[in-house]
This record gives sequence, C-alpha cells and structure tokens, in this order.
Amino acid sequence: MEQERKTEKLLEVKDLQVSFFTPAGEVKAVNGISYDLNYNEVMGIVGESGSGKSVEAYSIIGLLQSPGKVVGGSITLEGEDVLAKTASEMVNFRGSQVAMIFQNPMTCLNPVYTIGNQLTEALRAHNKEISKEEAAKRAMEMLEQVGINNVEKRMGQYPHELSGGMRQRVMIAMGLICHPKLLIADEPTTALDVTIQAQILELMKELQKKNHMGIVFITHNLGVVAEICDKVSVMYAGKMVEQGSVDDIFYNPGHPYTKGLLRSMPRVDAESYERLIPIEGTPVDMLNPPEGCPFAPRCEHTMKVCLQKMPPYVNMGREHRAACWLRIQEEMKNRQEESETEGSENE
Amino acid sequence: MTKYMVRRVIMAIVTLAVVACTTFFLMNAIPGNPWLSEKTPTQATIDALNAKYGLDQPLIVQLGKYLGNLIQGDFGTSIKMQKNRPVLQIILEMFPVSAKVGILAIVWAVLAGVPLGCLAAYKRGTWIDSFLRIVCTIGISMPGFVVATLLLHTLCGGIAGVKLFPALFDGTPASYVLPCIALGFYPMCYLSRQTRTAMLDSINQEYIKTARAKGLKNGVIIFKHALRNALIPVITYLGPQVAFTLCGGLVVETVFSIPGLGRYFIQSIQNRDYPLIMGTTIFLAAFIIVMNLLVDVCYKIVDPRINLTRGN
Repeated sequence: MEQERKTEKLLEVKDLQVSFFTPAGEVKAVNGISYDLNYNEVMGIVGESGSGKSVEAYSIIGLLQSPGKVVGGSITLEGEDVLAKTASEMVNFRGSQVAMIFQNPMTCLNPVYTIGNQLTEALRAHNKEISKEEAAKRAMEMLEQVGINNVEKRMGQYPHELSGGMRQRVMIAMGLICHPKLLIADEPTTALDVTIQAQILELMKELQKKNHMGIVFITHNLGVVAEICDKVSVMYAGKMVEQGSVDDIFYNPGHPYTKGLLRSMPRVDAESYERLIPIEGTPVDMLNPPEGCPFAPRCEHTMKVCLQKMPPYVNMGREHRAACWLRIQEEMKNRQEESETEGSENE
Repeated sequence: MTKYMVRRVIMAIVTLAVVACTTFFLMNAIPGNPWLSEKTPTQATIDALNAKYGLDQPLIVQLGKYLGNLIQGDFGTSIKMQKNRPVLQIILEMFPVSAKVGILAIVWAVLAGVPLGCLAAYKRGTWIDSFLRIVCTIGISMPGFVVATLLLHTLCGGIAGVKLFPALFDGTPASYVLPCIALGFYPMCYLSRQTRTAMLDSINQEYIKTARAKGLKNGVIIFKHALRNALIPVITYLGPQVAFTLCGGLVVETVFSIPGLGRYFIQSIQNRDYPLIMGTTIFLAAFIIVMNLLVDVCYKIVDPRINLTRGN
C-alpha cells in the first residue's frame, strides 16, 4: 500500500510566478518555480533569506498577503487547481487539505487561549458535526501522537506554560489534526535548540510515515535537509537553480551556488584545518535583478554569457537538473565528443 | 490573591485620603464663601453661619473633623444648595439618574466603537477606514456641548417638521436618546481609534497567520483571535471612562436639564457648598479607584499571562 502510494503525485507546482507590487516597483519574489511532490515524500526548499522560499510556500496555502500576488503558473494538489479556488473554498482548503507550521513556536500560538481550545477549534472548523467531547478526545490523541505526555493537563494550559519544543509539537499536532495531505513546514526547527531540532525532525518523519502525507520543508539548514528530505530544490533570487534527490545535491551538485552552500556548511567529518568557505558578495537587489543568471555577480566561474542570459535547465540525472551555463557547456562538449566518436566509428 | 486585594484596598484608602486633603485645601483656597449671593448678608450673619457650620475653626481642625466623620460614613450635610440635607443622600438620589444615562451611553459607545475599530483595522487603507478616521477625529476633537447642541438643533424642532425627541429630559425613554448619543459619542470615537491601533498590532502577529493556516473564517480570526489580544488598551481606557460617564457628563446634563450628579459637581463649586464639593469629589475618586481595580482583574481574565500578584 505504502509503496503503491509513493508513486502517486500529490502536488505539482508549474512555472509559479509571484510578484510583490511595491511602491518602488514590481519585485519578482518567485520567478518560475516548478516541482512535483509525491505522497510520502519530503521536498526540501533551500535558499538564503529573501530567496523566495517562504513566498512560494505561502502561495500554495493561499496565505500571500497584499501586495503579493501570484501572477503566473499553476499549483495543483491531487489534480485540483489550487489557484482557481474562491476565497471561501480556500478557507475550507486550508487546514483540511494543506496545513502549515511556522518558524517560531513562541509567537505562533495565540497566548490568550488554551492549547485545548486552539486544537479543537481547528478540528471543529472543518468538521461541523463533531461534538465538543469528541473533538477534545481527538485533540488529546493527537497530542499523545506528537509525544506530549500528561495530555489532559496540557489541554487546559496556555502556550506560555509550555517550553519551545513542546509548543512546536503542539503546532504540529494542530497542523495534522485534520489529516492534511500536504504539510508545509516553514523552517520549523530554526528557532529550537539542536537537541530539540533532532526530536522534532524525528517526530515529523514518524508522523509522515503514519499519515502518508507529502511535506514541503523550507529551510536554510542543509544538515536538516540531509536528515529529512527526499528531494531538494535550491532557490536563489526567486529562481530555482538546482533540483534533485538529496544524494544528487550533496554528492553531485551541479550549480556553483549549491556547491557554495555545501562548502559553507560545517561538517563533522571535516579535517580540523579545513575552513568554511563563505559565498562572497551580497544577495541580489530584487528590485533590479541582473539580466542574466542572478548568481553570476557572486559566481567564481562567471562567463560572458552568464551576465546576458538566464541559462535553461540541464538534466544531470533522472530527476536532477540545474540551471547553469557551465553545465550546458559541459553537455555540449560531451555531445561533440560523442558525435566525434560516433563519426570515427562510422569511418 | 488575598494579599494582593488587601494591598489594593490599603492603597485605595491612602489615595482617597490624599484626594480628600487636596480637595479640601484647594476648595478653601478659592476666594469667596458659601454665603455670598445677590443679597450679601451682614458680617454678623456670616460669622454666625460660619460658627454654626464650624467654618470658623482652623482649617486643619475642620479637615480632621471631616475625615473623622468620613471614616464613620458621614459625608456631612449640604450647607447651601439643599440646605441641611445629608450629602450622601443627595449623591444617592442624583447618581442613579446620571448612571442610567451613563450606562446607556457607555454601552452604545462600546457596542459601536469596538466593532468599528475592528472594521477600520481590517479594512485598513480603504475608504471605510478613511471615513471612520474622519468621523472619529471629529468626535474626539469636538466638545460635548457642540454635539449636544447639534443634536438638539437638528432633531428637536430646529429644522421645520423634524421633532423626533424631546429637548428636555423628562425621564421618558425617548428623552434618554439624545443625551446618551451626546454622552457616548466621544468615548465611542476614542474607543474606535484605540481598538483600531491595537487590532492592527495584533492582526500582524504570527498567531493570526496560524489561525488563517488552520482554515478559520475571517470573523473567527478577527473577533476571537485578534480582538481578545487587542482588548488590553481598550479596557485600560474604559475603566476610568465608565466612572466619569456614569457620574454624569457635566455639560450634557446641563444642556438637557438632566437632574443628575454631574451638574452638582459644577454647581457645588460655584456655590462653595463645601461638604457637597468634598462628597462628590470623593465619590468620583472612589468610583475611579474601584473601576481601576476592576480593570486589573479584567486584564487577568483577558490575558492569562498577566500575573497580578507578582512584582508587587
């Protein structure tokens, strides 16, 4: 059963474009993102601050705030066009089909309502028939599932009476209480300390197995990606510069930005004298993006063509593609060699 | 909690004592005496009256006596306006009239002001917000007697054929309408502005994002999640304002000839009716203190993070 569902496509994002219309001009926060996500899969979206990863996620769940607007592309969940839904359809859609958990569990729970109130409210919003007692029972089951003990007492407690890790568990319970098919996790472990991070990741993996849901996991922490993700999209300046399986990205990165990210990540297995290599330069001014590849000004392999034209994607493996002129050059060289060898064979 | 309440009560008594002393010395510092009117009595008459009401004694002795009586619940008797009637009796007779108008005024101010503030915050930047901003700015800056006069003029016969409400207060339900509107207009506008500011703050909090992500309806998000967090500044303002409004809008009571407590504040000072000045002032001060205590208890109810006993 599990194996069967694994191949089923859950989410399809196609050429998504999101712009913010600011007084200073249009900011293309997300500019042509595409990916597929199956059930039981975790897609990691990696990138630095301002690269558009959160904006991309917000547009899936319809939480984009004005002046942000989806200006192109499509988002399809289980064959349903998400962007075509009306406002009231979106209200029902959120929470029941797609849930989202956020970065800072300290501020994401409403301080003036009890945990129980906030949990059952989510349930009752999507299930009008359910009685108060039934909802409370489900909420307590959910709390137990996310590893919270003494649930009856917790139900009556306020967020400020719980620790950060516990609050994030509550957030996860709240997200999953209506059994959504897709969970969007926007840096859910960034605000937590490392031991709690590991526990939360473990919990998410476990719950995913149980519920067969897909997860879009937004992070700038490659260590976390390695821990939980199946696939990774690397974003830079609103564009997806590389996409592939975790192994592809970590062992065979195709884009200089991905390589830069990997080199700037501390590793346990590194030799003690090895230094981290930062990516030089500053992120792109999104109001005036460069014409060519947005990473070109910071790239160590910049060529003339990089500054003029955005490179198309080059397939580097079954599900591995990168947008870089270097790879295109390589591929052309390979083809040439191939045709040359073919030619010589023909002779 | 008991310890906290005991502290608060002691503080209240100290505050009242300070209010009483300050008022006492200030009112005696005003030139003139209770016996002056169109017909100025002879010096001998004045001396005799002063002696009768104990006004010939040194101030400090008068104050001591007054406070002594006050502790026993004796507010003294009026010496001018309703001669020889106990002040407490006057207050208890006048207050209900003011309170009735005041409660109605505050109720409509809250029922209109808070939702309008929410609406303005929710529709920020639209014409609704701008329109409400203009109305509220006018309401906050326009003196009460202007509002009262405008209402009187437009709805009580000033315009030919339009006489919807009686111009004078006679205790009938219809005669309550205009005073309540006039009295509640300022708090309504002020509350609406306060609510808008506080709502804008809480709407931008992360838990609102969570609430939206949960798939809650807009109404639930605004009124359940955002409003409750925005209530603290609203309650803070509302506490003392309730006391002021219930004790009578001085101006509004005068314009509509309402026989309420508010008029006595002014008239007792004009007439130098010393015990009545003291009585009304202390009554209002006590009322405000009680309201502030209520406000603090409400904080705790609205926001469970607030701890009343700590930090004291």
